[in-house]
Amino acid sequence: MPYAVSFQQVSRHFGSVRAVDAVDLEIEPGEFFAMLGPSGSGKTTCLRLIAGFEQPTSGHIEIFGETAEGVPPYRRNVNTVFQDYALFPHLNVADNVAYGLMIRGVGKAERTREAEAALEMVKLPGYGARKPGQLSGGQRQRVALARALVNKPKVLLLDEPLGALDLKLREQMQEELKVLQKALGITFVFVTHDQGEALSMADRIAVFNDGRIMQTGTPEEIYRRPKTRFVADFVGSSNVLSPQLTEKLAGVAEWSSLRPEDIRLVTDGGHEATVTGTSFLGSATRLTLDVAGEKINVLLPSGTRVPAQGEGVRFSWNSDALHLMGAKA
Amino acid sequence: MSIAAAPAAAAILPGRGGIGGALSDAFWRSPKLLLFLMLTPPLLWLGVIYLGSLFALLLQSFFSIDEFSGLVVREFTLKTYGELLRPSNLDIIVRTVTMAGLVTIASAIIAFPIAYFAARYARGRWKAVFYLGVMLPLWSSYLVKVYAWKLILAKEGILTWVFEKLHLTFLIDGWLALPVVGGNSLSVSPTGTFLVFVYVWLPFMILPVQAALERVPGNLLEASADLGASPSQTFRNVLLPLALPGVIAGSIFTFSLTLGDYIIPQIVGTSHLFIGMAVYAHQGTAGNIPLAAAFTVVPVVIMGIYLWLAKRAGAFNAL
Repeated sequence: MPYAVSFQQVSRHFGSVRAVDAVDLEIEPGEFFAMLGPSGSGKTTCLRLIAGFEQPTSGHIEIFGETAEGVPPYRRNVNTVFQDYALFPHLNVADNVAYGLMIRGVGKAERTREAEAALEMVKLPGYGARKPGQLSGGQRQRVALARALVNKPKVLLLDEPLGALDLKLREQMQEELKVLQKALGITFVFVTHDQGEALSMADRIAVFNDGRIMQTGTPEEIYRRPKTRFVADFVGSSNVLSPQLTEKLAGVAEWSSLRPEDIRLVTDGGHEATVTGTSFLGSATRLTLDVAGEKINVLLPSGTRVPAQGEGVRFSWNSDALHLMGAKA
Repeated sequence: MSIAAAPAAAAILPGRGGIGGALSDAFWRSPKLLLFLMLTPPLLWLGVIYLGSLFALLLQSFFSIDEFSGLVVREFTLKTYGELLRPSNLDIIVRTVTMAGLVTIASAIIAFPIAYFAARYARGRWKAVFYLGVMLPLWSSYLVKVYAWKLILAKEGILTWVFEKLHLTFLIDGWLALPVVGGNSLSVSPTGTFLVFVYVWLPFMILPVQAALERVPGNLLEASADLGASPSQTFRNVLLPLALPGVIAGSIFTFSLTLGDYIIPQIVGTSHLFIGMAVYAHQGTAGNIPLAAAFTVVPVVIMGIYLWLAKRAGAFNAL
């Protein structure tokens, strides 16, 4: 079975800017794959390379084993949910959803039926007659999803589709997208800069920075065993400890990552630190500790006593929580 | 604290004083007053002078002329409109409307790629070049341009010369030999009138189409391609419907300007009359104001029907 999408040393340069730089990537069929990274890290360009809106400067792209470079977007059985939805303003919701079918010459009756079924799938039955302008952001998002899914693509690309939604709606859509993906078995490639979103939804994540993939792995791997300082810091804002501090705390001169929630305050043993700041987060309180001149964040579960600023404390962690990343991470 | 030590500033600042200050406050409190003051002069102009004269014109068209004395009879009658239906007058109307339709279609076809380039690809300097290229011809006198075209199209003109050098004279001769569109030379043929009309009105088509295309987000074209549409399908299903209001706006210009023009067909073309020339002749030498007015009403009615049809066809749905 070929990969759903595979990149071999793919680069996309815009003038002197290396938007995507020698990227290798393999996405399994039926996988929910997230491309995570800050803005300008090349993740959206990678998505556009799969969709066919961009052509690689060099390298080789395959979609289900077939060469993709040089193939225009309209000949790829790949559909996109755009960041700002890109619904056709002159067509009503039903015609928007049925657009791909209409282009393929599917008859009017069948088209209407399938569009309505797709709208039902995204929980917008009976909205067909409305114009996109009459819908809320969340509803437009669902229409965009239905418009892509109705074509039964081999790969569905989602470009930060939840970015414009408010928190409640976003969490609800995350759940629905996950359920939908499992039910349909279509390969989803999801671009986001929100690490929480990537961790909660994806089967596997590729973390992008500066046009390169820093690490690929399951959410668990990315979170627990970051390979580089960037990944540790970007995914879940871990404490990145310098080789000096790591040597002091654990006896190994390597960069390391220590999750704030893995640290606890102890009365005996452990290491000494000074509290330099506290902030209340609702479900927890974040302490900022000063340890030999370096800052370490600690998440205290709510209900525990919060030490005052300037107070001296002792802290410790479970032996496997400190993750070593090598001397040159 | 240092902020408290500074001299206490009032929470509410005093009025600016003077008439300007009082007016600013008054307009801020009642924005409608400002709107009223700004709109009254143009509305008076539009309502009284512009619409008033149109109404007077409409009124004139329902009068008739006494054939014996040549005086206007101020009694309501449809006799003048009946005269419009005389074959010679009907001929003028059909000729003018056909010309206006053809000019509009040709302008739209020529304008679209130019407008598309300007809206999608031209940036910075190229955009300036586009605007300059489209507007520059409008800065020079209309009469000069029309006479220039008369020279270009004349039998001894540059176009004939170019065709001669290319050994293609037979093409012009063949075209001129055709009935209806042909004539002695391009400058005295309906073809010549058509070419000059298209040239002169083209900017009025390009600019609204360009404005409409500029408002089409690029990602709609990507979305269309993503959903499997080839470029020509995207053009038909997305680009054209969204640009249609611009094309209609442009066609209103080209169509109505051609319907009303009386100078171009007089300088370049045959001796057959167009509506504008008929109006000119009837209100001037002939002194038949009612018939001139009736002729003038024809373009108004035609434009009304055209807009109504365009609306029914959904041309304004994307607005």
